[in-house]
Formats: sequence, C-alpha cells, structure tokens
Amino acid sequence: MSGTGAVEIEGAALAFGERTLWSGLDLTIEPGEFVAVLGPNGSGKTTLLKVLLGLQSLSAGSVRVAGAAPGKGNRRVGYVPQQRALDQGLTLRGRDLVGLGLDGDRWGTGLRGLRTRRRKVAEAVESVGATPYASSPVGLLSGGEQQRLRVAQALIGDPDVLLCDEPLASLDLTHQRTVTELIEERRRQTGTAVLFVTHEINPVLPYVDRVLYLVGGRFRVGTPAEVMTSATLSELYGAQVEVVRVGGQIHVAGAQSALCEDTVHHDHDHAHDDEPVRTGRT
Amino acid sequence: MEKLFDFELTGRLLQLDFVLMALAAAAVLGLVAGTLGPLIVMRRMSFAVHGTAELAFTGAAAALLLGIGVSYGALAGAVIAALLLGLLGGRESERDSVIGVILSFGLGLGVLLLWFYDGRSNNKFGILVGQIVAIQQQDLELLIGCAVAVLAVLAIIYRPLLFSTVDPSVAVARGVPVQWLSPLFAVLVGVATALGVQIVGALLVVALMVTPAAAAGRVTASPWKATVLAVVFAETAALGGIVLSLAPGAPVSFFVTAISFTIYLVCRAIAYVRSRQRRISESGSAASPVPVP
Repeated sequence: MSGTGAVEIEGAALAFGERTLWSGLDLTIEPGEFVAVLGPNGSGKTTLLKVLLGLQSLSAGSVRVAGAAPGKGNRRVGYVPQQRALDQGLTLRGRDLVGLGLDGDRWGTGLRGLRTRRRKVAEAVESVGATPYASSPVGLLSGGEQQRLRVAQALIGDPDVLLCDEPLASLDLTHQRTVTELIEERRRQTGTAVLFVTHEINPVLPYVDRVLYLVGGRFRVGTPAEVMTSATLSELYGAQVEVVRVGGQIHVAGAQSALCEDTVHHDHDHAHDDEPVRTGRT
Repeated sequence: MEKLFDFELTGRLLQLDFVLMALAAAAVLGLVAGTLGPLIVMRRMSFAVHGTAELAFTGAAAALLLGIGVSYGALAGAVIAALLLGLLGGRESERDSVIGVILSFGLGLGVLLLWFYDGRSNNKFGILVGQIVAIQQQDLELLIGCAVAVLAVLAIIYRPLLFSTVDPSVAVARGVPVQWLSPLFAVLVGVATALGVQIVGALLVVALMVTPAAAAGRVTASPWKATVLAVVFAETAALGGIVLSLAPGAPVSFFVTAISFTIYLVCRAIAYVRSRQRRISESGSAASPVPVP
C-alpha cells in the first residue's frame, strides 16, 4: 500500500464471531473527496469509523489513514462525534473545548507557546462563528452550539482527513446546514478528505462525491447517481426499494424504517411483508 | 466565646514551633487539594474522595495498632482504596454503590482496630477529626514529598486528563489512554486524601478536596481560573481554620469546614446574582427568534 489516498482500505473485513459486518471492502478516498457512509443500524458504519480511528482492528485486509496505519493519536485526523450533550457542571468554556483538539492529547504542562495557542484557538473559534459564546460554560450551550465547537475542535489541527460520526443527529435543520457548510468549506479550502457517516443523505447531498452504502454485509460504492437508485438499493436490501427524487432531495421508500433509524420505529402503515431492514439483519 | 477573638493570645501561639509546623502542613495540603479539586468535581468523585478517606482512616487505625507511623498507614489505606474503587467500580452505574460498600466495611474495620488499640484515646479521635497540632517534623517531610510527587504527575497528565474528563469518546479517538488515566488520577486523589486525613481527619477531608473547587466552579468556567481560585479557597480554609482555632483551643476541623462552607455559600450567591443580571439584560435586548424548521 503506497498510494496517495487520504484513506486507503483494501480487502477489509470485519467479523465478530459468526457475524460478518462486511468483507472484501476496497475504498480509496482521495484528498478533497467527500464520501458519505450510509446504511441502516447495525450495518457497521460506526465500526468502520472505529477502524479508521485505530480503535478496532480488522479481521482481514489493511487500512491506511493520512498515510499511516490507523493509529491512536494520529494528529492528521480530525474527528467529529455524534452530538451528545456535555455535562452541565463542567468547568470549561467553549474555547477550552476547542483547545483540547489542539493539544488535549499531549503530555506536560504546555506552558511554552501559550500565545500561539491562544491565537490558534481564537481563529478556530472564529472560523465556525462561535466567538460570541466562546467564553460561556460549554454545559450551558445548545446542542447546535456545542456541535459547532466540536467541528472547530476537529479542524483546529488542520487535519488531512476528517471523520464524522453522525454529526448532524439531533440537530435542527438550521444547525444541520451550518455544521455541514463548515465542513464543506474546509474541504474546499484545504483539500481535507471527508468521511461522513450519516443515516440521512439529503443534508450533505450537494457536496457528496461518492457514497458507501452498507446493508447487512453487502455494500456498494459509487456516486450518489449510481448508488441511490431503485435498482441498486433493491439489490442491496434484497427487497423492493423505491428511490424517489423530489426537489433535489433523495427519498427512499420501502427502506424507510432502515434509513430513519434515529426516529422511533413505530409501525408504519406501509410496512411490507418483505420489510428490507429485517432481511438485512438475519 | 471571647477567647475566639483574643488576638493577643493568637499572636503568642503563632510563634510556637508546633503551630508553625501545623500551618506549613495545612498550606501544603491546601495547595494539593485545591489543584486536584476542579478535576474531582468534574469527574463526580466527591463520594469517592469520602470513601477513600474512610479507608485512609482504616489504614491509619491499623498503623496505630501496629505501632508504625499513622501517615504511612493512611497512605497505604487510601491508595488501596483508590485501586479497589478503580477495579470494582468500572461501570458508571455501579460506582456509587461500590463506594458505599467499601466505605462502610472500611469504617467498620477501622473501628474494630481502634478498639484493640489501648494507647492514648486522643490518637483515636485524632484520625477521625484531625490532629494537626501533633504533626511532627518527619510527617511534614513525608507530606511535602507526597505533595511534590502528586503535583508533578498531575502537571504531566493534566491536558489528557482534562480531555478524557470532558469528552471521553473524543479523547479516546485522539489516542488519549483514558482507561489508565482514571485509576492513575484515583491514586493521586488517594495520596492527597491520606495527607488530608492527618490534618482535618477522615470525616472532613471533603471540606478541603471538594468544597473549594465546587465553590470556584460556581464563579468561573475557566479551568485555569477555577484551579487558582480553588487553591486560594482551600488555603484560606486550611490556614484560616488553624489560626482561628488557636485562641479558643477548639477543634481545627470546625473552623476549616465552616470557612470552606461560607466561601461556597458566597460563591453560590455570586452565581445567582450574575445569572439574574444576565437574564435581565437578555430580556432587555431583542433576542433573535429561532427559525422553526
């Protein structure tokens, strides 16, 4: 493996005991490319991210991220987690949260270079428009504000690769758009490769170059136009799935409960006998 | 009661060697407790501090019975407690009950050990509520040695520790070894607690380890300012408590905890007034309406 890809996955397989999440996965993400990872719950989207972060080893195959083995503490990789409310009682300001992205993994006092640090943190905070609340306790900020700070935290180290794990989940539409635009802006300006795990493609659809769609051990890689079609998704799910394009958005019918997994799974009236999500899980 | 404000007597007592020794010990403890405090509060370890202190008491009681230095016993007890809590209380949901279980057993064991001990009863009482005036030269040396070690380790691990306290999942993703920072910090807290047991006693260690930091967290959100404030508050309580206790000859512990508590109340009051002012200024300026998606 000596390519130039920001992320290089070759013949990767991941199994837990009997259960194989996916195998034979090849994917090279070029610098500046935006790849969305889609699929229902339990298809191994987040596990793929863990592999890239070096928190989970593969059963077979190999992976390189930003030119190195997926390692702990790889400073050329930025990570934006799913929005989780921070503890209200934290003695921490917004800018401190961002600063942790710069040197939170370093040992020692870090007393040298405090001035440079302050400037870098201020710039990162400004770049996501978080300056007005950078001095407020993080625990008192809204989910959207916290998530902006987390984007700044991931970007402050000027990463070559940005790994995002459902960063839009539980955000309202306005904040979804802001967070997506911040990530897209960085990709355009510095050629950061983006791997974006999401259950909902529409917020990122205008920016996505390619899609990795995982369903129950099967997967497909390609442009949204190639992958997000009735034929391809029906094949992946092993059931009839209809892809409808309305006003520049993509809606997938028949795999509804599989795709909108963050919403409560009430029994939809249109639940078919061949509910795709079930075939994907057996 | 008038002895409480007998400044002349206080002044005379302040020149005594054993009083100076006690003040030095309290100053060292205040520094360590104040520095660790904000992290203890953020990591929700107040109860763990209390539990560790009870085991430090058990260790001290065992040392008293065996005739070894009480300091060493307290130190051993606290470190064992920290490791035990780290090993048994891995899951968040269990931690609380595990501390309760270990704490109560340790306290019971300590009481039995004290019952066996037939030396001066003052010593027995001392390890529960502190016996600062009994601090010896070699105790002070051990105290300073431990304090330097704790502060040095903390300086090295501070940033990764803060990261793993604030957002463990992101810290792990950045390669911070969260899994062993927790027990390491627990041991640091254990050592500091053992030091505190000799000064304010096992029952009241929380007043120096937790209360100052909890007070500081009310008035600032900056981790650095909170640490500096917590040190100032802990020093005020520890040193002030000793000085005030001199003239009346009353227990140091009361004054330490009373000062600590007063500071906490004042900080809460400041936070309350500030949040009211903020609310008034916010409702005054036209807040931009949040668009409904």
